[in-house]
Amino acid sequence: MRRTRALAGIGIATAALLALTGCNSGSPSNPGGGGDAGDGGDKPLFEVAKDVTLDGSPTFEHIQEAGKVTIGVKEDQPNLGYLDATTGERTGFDIDIARWIAASLGYDEDKIEFKPIASANREQAIVNGDIDYYVGTYSINDKRKEQIDFAGPYFITGQGLLIRKDDPEADKLEDFNGKTVCSATGSTPIQNIKANFPDIKTQEYDLYSACVQDLIDNKVDAVTTDQAILIGYAAQYPDEVKVTGGLFTEERYGVGLTKGDDVLRAHINDLFTENNDIWQGIFDKNLGQSGIEVEQPEVDAY
Amino acid sequence: MDVIFGNLDLWGEAIGNTLLVFLIGGLIALVLGIIVGAMRVSPVPIARGVGTAYVNIVRNTPLTLVFFFFVFGYPQLGLPDLSNTVLGILAIGIYTATYVAEVLRAGINTVPVGQAEAARAIGLPFGQVMTLVVLPQAFRSVVPPMMSVFIALLKNTTVAAGFSIAELAALRATINDAPGRPGNPMEVLLWVAIVFVVLVLAMSAVQRHLENKWRIAR
Repeated sequence: MRRTRALAGIGIATAALLALTGCNSGSPSNPGGGGDAGDGGDKPLFEVAKDVTLDGSPTFEHIQEAGKVTIGVKEDQPNLGYLDATTGERTGFDIDIARWIAASLGYDEDKIEFKPIASANREQAIVNGDIDYYVGTYSINDKRKEQIDFAGPYFITGQGLLIRKDDPEADKLEDFNGKTVCSATGSTPIQNIKANFPDIKTQEYDLYSACVQDLIDNKVDAVTTDQAILIGYAAQYPDEVKVTGGLFTEERYGVGLTKGDDVLRAHINDLFTENNDIWQGIFDKNLGQSGIEVEQPEVDAY
Repeated sequence: MDVIFGNLDLWGEAIGNTLLVFLIGGLIALVLGIIVGAMRVSPVPIARGVGTAYVNIVRNTPLTLVFFFFVFGYPQLGLPDLSNTVLGILAIGIYTATYVAEVLRAGINTVPVGQAEAARAIGLPFGQVMTLVVLPQAFRSVVPPMMSVFIALLKNTTVAAGFSIAELAALRATINDAPGRPGNPMEVLLWVAIVFVVLVLAMSAVQRHLENKWRIAR
């Protein structure tokens, strides 16, 4: 009796396991070749380059050995770096920039592996060689340059504020004295507040989406980070939150690269410099409707 | 050493918060664990049922999820506002209480049943049987495993870093990105590991002391 029961248990477990793996086997594939990120049948924004050579770039050698490009990205930032959990589709400005760079190296969409990496771990992921490059609202600054190199900038924004829809507008950080402001652990905006606005209480999570959740739950009074990120959230939750005020700082987004890989950096900088129409196409597709007006910044070929 | 002396303020805050979560969380775990452990051996079927359900549900939930329920779930219940630190301490305390309860139950099982029967025979109620006769003997036999539970608790405090509690594990991100602060993530983590080793050595010393003090001649 006991034995049959055990066997029945194993049978049920196996069936469940099969069912689970069965669901999983049809994992979402995104065959959309070229640069078209799959939002319709338009012709691709950019072509995949052929027969690329980049002599003296250790990253490119690594890519060729692996036969694929591994790119660090964000996946919780609507319109910038976003993974749709139901369709498995990645969209956003940063994602398309990442695809564009991969295409310029000769690698199609199906040869790209995207790796989500939280803000605090980006430098280490690049130093360790876990990723070939990082495209994800990555502000260029001197401290980071000690560990890695940046290509770009490819986008300029600044620190902004996201508040609840029904709260009064605010255009300066002093308005939040005695209140709580949330941002990513160790991020530039939170350091700015801690250093210059000691009366503001801070909350820190690894992910901005956790901050937005806290804002909607009334646990914090504002979320601060780059305005481009905040606009994405405001578009995602239009009934709950809104962007307010102007920019407090200037943040220049670059592509994070292994330190010392000057060949790849020059390659990406040239790519950005020579193709203004492609940049504009990527911008219009992802951020055009948001109302922010940005021109392609000049690259800083240091 | 720059990573220490250039960031003394941060280290102070981080070690303080780690100890805060550990000490208060540990106190909650100990008190709640004793209550639940007693419930699991009590003669009242409902108390036994509640105790068993609590241990099995909470202990089988990953700590990160317990934190998630407290930090992101609690605010949606419309109850009074609590800070993340308080919610985190409750989460880790309630989680660790299940382990304390189980360790204690193992200890209670080592106390010869005649002890409890004798206590009942002289007319002591369940509460006194436990507090005066069974638990003091049970504690003696569970010092080493109990200390393991608390060492695990100490190390589990690092989970709190993901929930906006500025303890040791959160230091890495802060120092890494702060302009003008010396140190990179690997150095920070190395020193954090050293701090944990020192704290655990201190706890091992407490364990040795208790073992010597409570040694039973059998």
